[in-house]
Amino acid sequence: MSGTADLEMKEHHLTTPATPEDLAKLELGDVVYFDGLIFTGRIGLYKKLFDEKAPPPVDIASLTNVTFHCSPAVGQNESGEWEVAAVTATASFRFEKHLPLLMDGHGVRCVIGKGGMAQQFYEDHFKRLGAVFLNTVGYGIGAQYGRGITGVKDVYWLDELGIAQAMWVFEVKNFGPFLVECDARGNSLYQMALAETNVELGKLYEGLPLPTLKRMGEVHNPEDEVF
Amino acid sequence: MPIVETQAISSELIREVAFELNRRAAIGIPKDVGDSIADMAERETQKLSKFVLLEIVNNYKVAVDEQRPMCADTGLPRFYAKIGNDAALEGGFVALERSVRQGTADATERVPLRPNRVHPITRHDYNNNVGIHAPTVDYSWEPDVDWIELTSFHKGGLFGGDYRMLFPTDGIDGIKRFFLDVISEFFKRGLSCQPAIVGIGIGGTKDTCVRLAKEAACLRVVGDRNPDPQIAELEEDLNDLGRRTSLGPMGFKGEGAVMDTHIEVAYTHTGGMPISIHHQCFALRRATARIHPDGRVEYRENPFWFTDYYRRDSVA
Repeated sequence: MSGTADLEMKEHHLTTPATPEDLAKLELGDVVYFDGLIFTGRIGLYKKLFDEKAPPPVDIASLTNVTFHCSPAVGQNESGEWEVAAVTATASFRFEKHLPLLMDGHGVRCVIGKGGMAQQFYEDHFKRLGAVFLNTVGYGIGAQYGRGITGVKDVYWLDELGIAQAMWVFEVKNFGPFLVECDARGNSLYQMALAETNVELGKLYEGLPLPTLKRMGEVHNPEDEVF
Repeated sequence: MPIVETQAISSELIREVAFELNRRAAIGIPKDVGDSIADMAERETQKLSKFVLLEIVNNYKVAVDEQRPMCADTGLPRFYAKIGNDAALEGGFVALERSVRQGTADATERVPLRPNRVHPITRHDYNNNVGIHAPTVDYSWEPDVDWIELTSFHKGGLFGGDYRMLFPTDGIDGIKRFFLDVISEFFKRGLSCQPAIVGIGIGGTKDTCVRLAKEAACLRVVGDRNPDPQIAELEEDLNDLGRRTSLGPMGFKGEGAVMDTHIEVAYTHTGGMPISIHHQCFALRRATARIHPDGRVEYRENPFWFTDYYRRDSVA
């Protein structure tokens, strides 16, 4: 298997909704920017849609197929228009339960987030649907992403969910950069990266004993992950 | 000793300063951290990691140029207050806390900050980062001065912190293993949003070592060493260990992602060595102001929180 040093990191500028052909040509480590519409979603929205089974406030599939696990730092100007100052992703692995429902039921094929998802999850859902997972960079480069948001098309369930959990629909231009973490074939950049970093990390543990006091539920192998 | 007539520090001024500190913290990266990341970007040899570091450097610039929060997760705004022993506060400490809460609500609306603070069960959000025990205010005291100092810090919330009860038999190796364990937990996939400042609290009680780890990560600048030479040496050793993990920004292979390690200690139970570790991300949001009784306000980047008095080990 080739390593991260061999990645080409090609740059792509996509317009939403992203076509299957757009997504198929993305390779691990490529850098992506968007023009068009994206919508935000995290646990507040997912609980409302999938646990409470509330009717969606808008036909998501006709809007865009790109979602972003985030919420904005946003204010209103004097004429009451929303102005997004910055956006930053929140960790995506917590959304395993609901994400397939969003992808299968609402046409989402491109997920922007933080940290990626488990390999098995990619194989079960992303590969099946030809979908991709894009990581934000850093992750805290919110000012750059804020600059790419040119307007707020709509915000739904603001009163019930609050600013941080509401569903925001952003108009975006040159919105990025995002790194391809899972391609449409279910391959993961993090699986590649973990294989590389575990080599050095493992060596450093040699000669360091386990702590005297154990705790239930801990992992002890440095190659394991915490989720 | 003559009684000195001290002018009370106005609560309205504290409110203005609390707002301004939140604004400054959210937007401008402190120089020690900005320089550290730029230096790491320069030295990084792996292309993915270098790409990430250069984007971080660029983001610091965009935030200042366009006056945007550097990260949209504006964290949980909190305050550290150092109170001069001779300072007088108009309305007392209740007024100070009210001013700080109002300044945080004002900043949430006007900077803007993201209203992150919700009720833990109902998830109710006042949309102003104020609520029960929010924002947190921690206090320390300083003898023979009549000013107060406020530091605003926006703390990310979810990852990069851990606690372990070690024992004297675990020793320095036990500390090193815990240091590596927390990196294994949270540097993979970049959950800590590293490069990070690693704060370590050793000793005291469970709550004290967790508090000290956070203060060590948040309130000491990159390059600062603990005045105790033995602890300073351990800080350097752990910096070296962090570099050798090969875990870079976002968890990609790289030249390491520990900006600095800061250790604070507290006298502890004779049988134990409790320890806590705290990773502070590269979007480090802090700003400090000293407020004098005559209304002068001096803003600065270094909190100088760990004074000799704060670390004292004597009865006096």
